[in-house]
Amino acid sequence: MSWMPHLIAAPILLPLLTAALMMMLGEKRRPLKARINLFSSLLGLGISILLLQWTQQTAVPGSIGVYLPGNWQVPFGIVLVLDRLSALMLVLTGIIGVCALLFAMARWDGAGSSFHALFQIQLMGLYGAFLTADLFNLFVFFEVLLAASYGLILHGSGRARVSSGLHYISINLLASSLFLIGAALIYGVTGTLNMADLALKIPLVPEADRGLLHAGAAILAVAFLAKAGMWPLNFWLVPAYSAASAPVAAMFAIMTKVGVYTLLRLWTLLFSGQAGASAYFGGDWLIYGGMATIVCAALAILCAQRLERMAGLSILVSAGILLSAVGFAQPSLTAGALFYLVSSTLALSALFLLSELIERSRSAIEVLLDYEGEILPRTQGSLQPPKGFNLDDEQKTVVGQVIPWTMAFLGLSFIACALLIIGMPPLSGFIGKLSLLSALINPAGLGNAADQPISNAAWGLLALLILSGLASLIAFSRLGIQRFWTSEERPSPLLRRLECVPIFALLGLSILLTFKAEPLLRYTQAAAETLNNPQHYVMAVLGTRAVPSPEAKAALLEEQP
Amino acid sequence: MEEVIAIAIGVLAASGVWLLLRPRTFQVVMGLCLLSYGVNLFIFSMGSLFIGKEPIIKDGVPQDLLHYTDPLPQALVLTAIVISFAMTALFLVVLLASRGLTGTDHVDGREPKE
Repeated sequence: MSWMPHLIAAPILLPLLTAALMMMLGEKRRPLKARINLFSSLLGLGISILLLQWTQQTAVPGSIGVYLPGNWQVPFGIVLVLDRLSALMLVLTGIIGVCALLFAMARWDGAGSSFHALFQIQLMGLYGAFLTADLFNLFVFFEVLLAASYGLILHGSGRARVSSGLHYISINLLASSLFLIGAALIYGVTGTLNMADLALKIPLVPEADRGLLHAGAAILAVAFLAKAGMWPLNFWLVPAYSAASAPVAAMFAIMTKVGVYTLLRLWTLLFSGQAGASAYFGGDWLIYGGMATIVCAALAILCAQRLERMAGLSILVSAGILLSAVGFAQPSLTAGALFYLVSSTLALSALFLLSELIERSRSAIEVLLDYEGEILPRTQGSLQPPKGFNLDDEQKTVVGQVIPWTMAFLGLSFIACALLIIGMPPLSGFIGKLSLLSALINPAGLGNAADQPISNAAWGLLALLILSGLASLIAFSRLGIQRFWTSEERPSPLLRRLECVPIFALLGLSILLTFKAEPLLRYTQAAAETLNNPQHYVMAVLGTRAVPSPEAKAALLEEQP
Repeated sequence: MEEVIAIAIGVLAASGVWLLLRPRTFQVVMGLCLLSYGVNLFIFSMGSLFIGKEPIIKDGVPQDLLHYTDPLPQALVLTAIVISFAMTALFLVVLLASRGLTGTDHVDGREPKE
């Protein structure tokens, strides 16, 4: 279809225009803005799904769609590129955006002004970062999404948010400076910022400049790794995410994935197997840095006392797993990692929404906790029912009470979230982890005998995958028992139906993924193959010609009578 | 000229990092400012430094990089300046909010224990 390439620009333009419209609507009219926001987000999701289907249909190798927004010849103008990986990320962003927005519409969007405009700008930055094929344009979209996130993290105000927001902003400003230094160094060495062009130029870099190129790439990587949450660059993440309001935190669940996505994209393009002397530069750093992240986050999760904190730490665990798996540069492992990425992002986003609902009932009776005010584990004594509490005529604790539907909903959702994050059967988290494990043990594919023995790094990641699951299992069961099974008088939380819908949707999608795992695994397999063969990407981008102007077309027609 | 620019970038970046590690929010803002100046100069110098060459094509001058300076880093630096300026302004707002809410200008929102 001829209009299809133009649709590639739509996910960026739509939120931009919507945000501009909302700015014009002024401070008030929140219900109207909420409706426009929802309509635009749904439309964005629809467009993403169309684009995803399109990548499945096209006969081009690697099914890559290229769009030249300014109609400039390729290495000079900016380019938007859609391939399987970016289409998958677009759809994931769309789903999470709609769910977070539905949740926010129940209560949270009134907590400060301009929530809806910031939300749309955040979406624009995310969509843009997934679509762009130009290093500097990537920087601009990063800044767009960060600028919106600075506003969103402070949404609702309060001491904890401002305080952790201050750290979040300064860390990200520093990371942006590093991004610029890295991009400038790479430009200085290669003379281009187009990712496809860079992939061609890097093998040709003279030996004397290679050190400079590697330094630039490493500095750039530090900026992305700080975003993706690799240890030790991730100390800001947990306080910031756990202080943010629930819908914002749910949106942020995909922000670390932006870091992982850019690393995957740039690393597979710039330092692929065809990059000559620079092939797989820094792969070991990704593998072992990811492992260190898993270890630290899994240890921290064991002593976390609040659900928001546990959700933040689970994000770090999944980021560590993803980074480490990506570092192996093995298509089957990347495919498993992409499946795991989808499943864990959906689950973590649901967990952030859920944790606010669960903790809401606590905050009704306890003083709202300061973010650093980690309470100590309860002593055994407090598990006994307090005197005069909930006893029937024979002075026995009442058994078999009717569970209010809210508690039943929260409890069941909590169990589903926990299963997904831990990676226990029967939900899709298990399938994600299983495909990672099987790719680690069978590097050549199931049933094929591998030529070389399994490396120590692979064994290490294998062990850490299982142990981090165990740590999450212990932490989640302890917290679940504390929140749901202790006999403690507390009002059953008041939920609005609108707040349950997004959690239900996110978890429902995860359950759907369990049944429909095969198509998604096939899709991620194809995406990983495309990443492993960057020449398709390079050829598709550099082979795109600018559309001739009407005069040039007329001249061409005159030449050929 | 390369030496002068290099020293300038080094001094800006070093003072920026030093201030960034200080405990008061205003020092952090100044540090981020200085650091972004250093970074901007760095990007600018990546297009190789010339005196008296323009980034815009003129009539009668051969169109190659021997006669012009690279225009791309200048365009990039313009974008980077605008973005870092806006972000610093936003950071100042958060700084003031933090000062108002916590009553201290310490980056952690509370004075360190003696």
